[in-house]
Order: sequence, then structure tokens, then C-alpha cells
Amino acid sequence: MAVSVDEAVSTGPAPDHGPPARRLGGRGRSVVEIALLTVLAVVMLFPVLWMLETSIKENRDVYAIPAKFFDFAVTLQHYKDVFVAQGDGRTPVSVNFLNSVVVAGASTVLATVLGVPAAWAYSRFAVKAKKDQLFFILSTRFMPPVVVVIPIFLMYRQIGLYDNKLGLILIYTAFNVPFTIWMMKGFVDEVPAEYEDAAMLDGYTRLQAFWRYTLPLLVPGIAATAVFALIFSWNEFVFATFLTSSDSVRTAPPAIAGLIGGTTTDWGLVAAASVVFALPVLVFAYLVRKHLIAGVTLGAVRR
Amino acid sequence: MGTVAAQGLRKSFGKVQALDGVTLDVPDGSFFVVLGPSGAGKTTTLRAIAGLEKLDAGTVHLDGRDATGDAPAARDLAMVFQSYALYPRHTVYENIASPLRARRCSSSEIAAAVQKMSSLLHIERLLQRRPAQLSGGEMQRVALARALVRSPRAFLMDEPLTNLDLKLRVEMRTELTRIHRSLGATFVYVTNDQVEALSMADQVAVLKEGKVQQVGTPTEVYERPANQWVAGFVGSPPISLLTCRAEGDRLVGADGWTLPRPRWATAEDGQALLLGLRAEDLSVEQRGDASLSGELYGLEPLGDRTVVDVRVGTEIVKVKARPTVSGTPGERLSVTVDLDRAHLFDAGSGLSLSEAGR
Ligand SMILES: Nc1ncnc2c1ncn2[C@@H]1O[C@H](COP(=O)(O)OP(=O)(O)OP(=O)(O)O)[C@@H](O)[C@H]1O
Ligand SMILES: [Mg+2]
Repeated sequence: MAVSVDEAVSTGPAPDHGPPARRLGGRGRSVVEIALLTVLAVVMLFPVLWMLETSIKENRDVYAIPAKFFDFAVTLQHYKDVFVAQGDGRTPVSVNFLNSVVVAGASTVLATVLGVPAAWAYSRFAVKAKKDQLFFILSTRFMPPVVVVIPIFLMYRQIGLYDNKLGLILIYTAFNVPFTIWMMKGFVDEVPAEYEDAAMLDGYTRLQAFWRYTLPLLVPGIAATAVFALIFSWNEFVFATFLTSSDSVRTAPPAIAGLIGGTTTDWGLVAAASVVFALPVLVFAYLVRKHLIAGVTLGAVRR
Repeated sequence: MGTVAAQGLRKSFGKVQALDGVTLDVPDGSFFVVLGPSGAGKTTTLRAIAGLEKLDAGTVHLDGRDATGDAPAARDLAMVFQSYALYPRHTVYENIASPLRARRCSSSEIAAAVQKMSSLLHIERLLQRRPAQLSGGEMQRVALARALVRSPRAFLMDEPLTNLDLKLRVEMRTELTRIHRSLGATFVYVTNDQVEALSMADQVAVLKEGKVQQVGTPTEVYERPANQWVAGFVGSPPISLLTCRAEGDRLVGADGWTLPRPRWATAEDGQALLLGLRAEDLSVEQRGDASLSGELYGLEPLGDRTVVDVRVGTEIVKVKARPTVSGTPGERLSVTVDLDRAHLFDAGSGLSLSEAGR
């Protein structure tokens, strides 16, 4: 590491003109950088590690003082408890997970199906007062959920959407559509309109032209946008808390929060449920990471 | 059939008036060239004909039928885009096949047609590549192939040869002319290259700032330019324009030279004029009765000929001469003028005065 140290303490007149990519690459890192990054990583990752540990400790080790970091007996009982009820059948938490999957999945699909064509239209056509319309669409996101949740609660109770998965799906879609339109418009703007022009002269209708030649180019953007929408719906807490009451409808975030409290808290169960809850989005984002990065940089860097 | 008639096309982009009343009448089967400098509105004109641009005013008739509001697909036109607009995710083969797929041709028909086009345009080797793996000239030929692969009512071509190297461009020029003849189809061909326009066109429309300056055969546009601007734009080396005025039976230059006034020049006494002289109508080698005197300013040897720049007073006159001509700058010269072939323009309006008298 001698070279790196030299580099770090160098005060000579030869400043590092290397491109950022090289500086961030493995070899050029100084000891100071590594130390700082390690501290940062420990601070950031500690809660996660602790959650992972707690989820595989036996209950008496969870409460042990001083805390046991390494020498505890490993058990998967908490994970079993998340899914399998005593006796037989499903646990409430597993039903909550299923609800989360349904609600987040459906609202993401809906927001994408509605938002992508809208973004295309805003990008391609001369719409009257386009900027005002786009601003209005975005402005629906200015209101924090807590502010609107009470009126929505009242309305939902009237029309039977209270404690109803459809109600959650709709409200999440409403929150995700503006975001989808804005993000996707950036991606559509990047795709030259002339591909569609050429396709129309080839003999396709405008929609066919979009479907055949523009949509495939938008896939990375759609993947990126959908991940963000999915994360919002998956993690959403306020609406889920206020607009649901029964376990058959409730999604995971309020349900997990509900496990804490009462006379005793089964921390092992809470930790295991949290791990299970965190995984899908991580895995999904990891799977589409190529599209995600291509998508985000395409939208942000060019033009 | 394949007539294209555009009437009074107007289109503005914000403050830019891209088309300012463009009227074109393209006869069936003709090679119609729209010639103009960059920004003249050539692309916009083609896009308007194709139905890709929403017009502020004007109509487009195809085969005599009003097609102004028709969708592009309904117009049965094929277009070569200036930017090629090749589909980036598709192979060259699929790009060329696209118009046939839209018409649900069988795959054997498609294979045959693509094969024929690609051998015609020398792109057989490229069929499995994607557009990103092609050079500019190759992309241009693929774009041409995609248009030529079917038989539309008319072909719209937006500067399809500009990115080719000179040899290939000359070759493709002949090739396109040949294709045009053999298909008997209507071509509306946009270019900013006057050589291309003059060599390929049946009819040329000269466009400037969204206005049609002149429509005519290449000979008409070259020999009888409607105004000073067309005269200056068409022809290489460019026409020399000298400021002068009419006085009795003479033309008197701003720099003091005089020439006999051509019989056909109907200018009024004292009217400010521009005398337009093409390089090939001037000579430094022969003697004639009408001549200008000046001094040698520079020589431009071009291989088959040399262009001699002669300074007459404060203005430069370009004279075509044999390649063997020589001289030293500053040397006195006499330039013989073929006045029958000269052009006169009104200095104010720029309009030609030659037409009426001839
Ligand atoms: N989409 C557009 N938005 C704004 N202005 C435009 C647009 N398209 C064309 N223009 C303007 O209209 C005018 C005519 O443009 P056009 O593309 O028709 O020119 P052109 O003759 O094809 O030029 P070139 O030879 O450079 O291709 C130009 O001044 C151009 O800047
Ligand atoms: Mg153009």
C-alpha cells in the first residue's frame, strides 16, 4: 500500500488528474479513505446486522446482557413462526405479506400502464398548456400522505373502499402515476420521434409505431420507474395504517409495527418478519440493476 | 399515378416561419428536386407532404385527392429521413423489411425484396448488423433501401446522398436516376447540393427561407434565374454580380467601367442594377467588343479548368479559363463579356430584368 500512502500525503505539484472512475477503482484508495469508509459502513450497516442477528437468535440470547455478538445458538424458529401458525395454517403476518405483494404489485403495474402512455403523449404531442398540466400532475405529490389521509379515510368509508385491498391499490396508483409520468417523460424525450415517423411512413399506425419501435427502447426506463414505484408502495405505512383494520387486508408495514407493543414483544419474530419484508425489494432491485443504472443515467446525464 | 401537389404550405415553429406559402406541383413520374440552403425549410416541406407536420395553412393533394388531414400511413409515401431514422434495435434486414411487414407480405416475398434492394445498394454484407455498427454512408444506403423496397405513390428523399464520399455519391446519383427511370415513380428529392439538383432533376424548385424562389427545369433555373439570389445560389463558381446603372445605351459600373447595354435590357435610365456574369460567359483569352478591364487577383486551378479571379474596381469577377492559363497577381487583364448571356437584376428587388426582353 506504499504507493497509496504516498498518494494520500503527496503535496507535490502533480495533482491527480485521473478520471473519477479510476480514483474510485480498487487500487487507488488511500488508508484514510478505507478507514472512513469502514466506519461509515459499520454505522450504516449495524442496524441491519443487528436485525439479521436477532432474527436467528434464540429468545434468551436476544435479551442477554451483555449482548452476544457471536457466540449464540442459531435457530430458524422465528422464520418458521413468521409463516407457520402454532397448530397449523397460516400466520397473520404471512397473510400480511401476501397482501403487500398483491397491493404493491398491482399498484405498480397500474401506475406503469397508465403512466407510460401518458408520458409518451406528453412527450410527443402538442398538448395545450403542457407545462401547466405537467406541473399540476406533479403538484399532487406535494401533499404529504398524513395530510390527505383523513379525508380519504372518510371518503373510502362512504364508498366501501375502507379496509379493502382495492382501496390501497387505488391510492398507491394515484400516488405513483404522477411520478411515473414525470420520470418516463424524460426517457421518452430521449428516444428520437423520427423512429415513429419512419414507422408511420412504413405503413404502421401511430400506436403500432410506438409499440413496435419506441416501447422496446423504453424498457430500461420502465424498469427503473417501476422499481421506484414498487418501493414506494411496498414501504408505504401511513395509508396502510389508516385505511385498513383487519389482518386479511392489512399490508406488512403496519402489521410488523403492530407486533411491537403489548405486554411482551417477540423481538425475534419482529426481526425475522422485517428481514423477510426487506428481501423482495432488494432482490428485485438487484435483478434489474443493469436496467436501473442504464435507465437512471440515460434520463439524467444526456441532454 | 403519383402526383404530389402542395398548395400554400405555411408552418411556423414559435417565431421561426419555416414554411411561408410553399406551393409545389410535382407531376407524375418526375424527378422533382427541392433545392435550398440549410434552414430553407426543405425538410419541413417533405414532412408536411408526408403528413408528419401539422400545418398552419395549406393543402396537400396526392393524385388529385385532398390528403391534407390523412395519416402518414394512409398517404402511401416512402421517405428517406435526413437523420436516417433507422430502428436501432433491429438488424439492417429487419429495417429494410419493415415497410413490407407493415403490409403483411409473406416472408419469402420479403426475403426476395430485401435481397434485391441490398444488392442494388451494395449492402448485402451488412444485413445482419445493427445500425450502430454502420458507417454514415452505409446507414444512408440502408435508409434508401428501406424506402425503395416497396412501390409507393411517391418517394420523398431528404438529402439521401450527403454523407457518402464523392465517388460513391456520383455512383449513387447515376444509380438513383436509373432507378427512377426504371420504376417510373415520382421522386421528391431534397438537397442543398446544386450539382445534384442540376444533374438529376426534371424539375427544380429553389427554396429560401420558406419561400419558393423559382420552379423550372435545371436549364431554366441555371440559364434564366428568376432573381439575384437564385443566380447566386445555383452555379459553381458562383455568378459574379457587379453593381451598375443604365445610362442611355450603356451600362455604367459603380467603379467606372462601361459596357454596351444589351438590347433586351428594359431598364429605365438611372435604374440601379446588378449585372450577373457567369464564369463560363467570360474570357481572359479571347477578344471581343464588350470587355472589362481589371487586374489579376488570383488563380484557382481546378484540374480541368482554372478559375481566374479578376478585380474590376473594387469587385471580383470570376472567369473560367483553360487550365494552362498563367499570370502574376496585379497584372492588367481585359475580360471579354458575352453580353447575350449576361443577366440583369433590379438592385432593389433583386428580380431579373432579363426575362421580359428575351
Ligand atoms: N421542430 C422544430 N422546432 C423548431 N424549429 C424548427 C423545427 N424544425 C425546423 N425548424 C426550423 O425551421 C427552419 C427550417 O428547417 P428545415 O429543417 O426544414 O430546414 P432544411 O432546409 O431541411 O435545412 P437543412 O438543409 O439544414 O436540413 C429552420 O430555421 C429550423 O430551425
Ligand atoms: Mg433538412
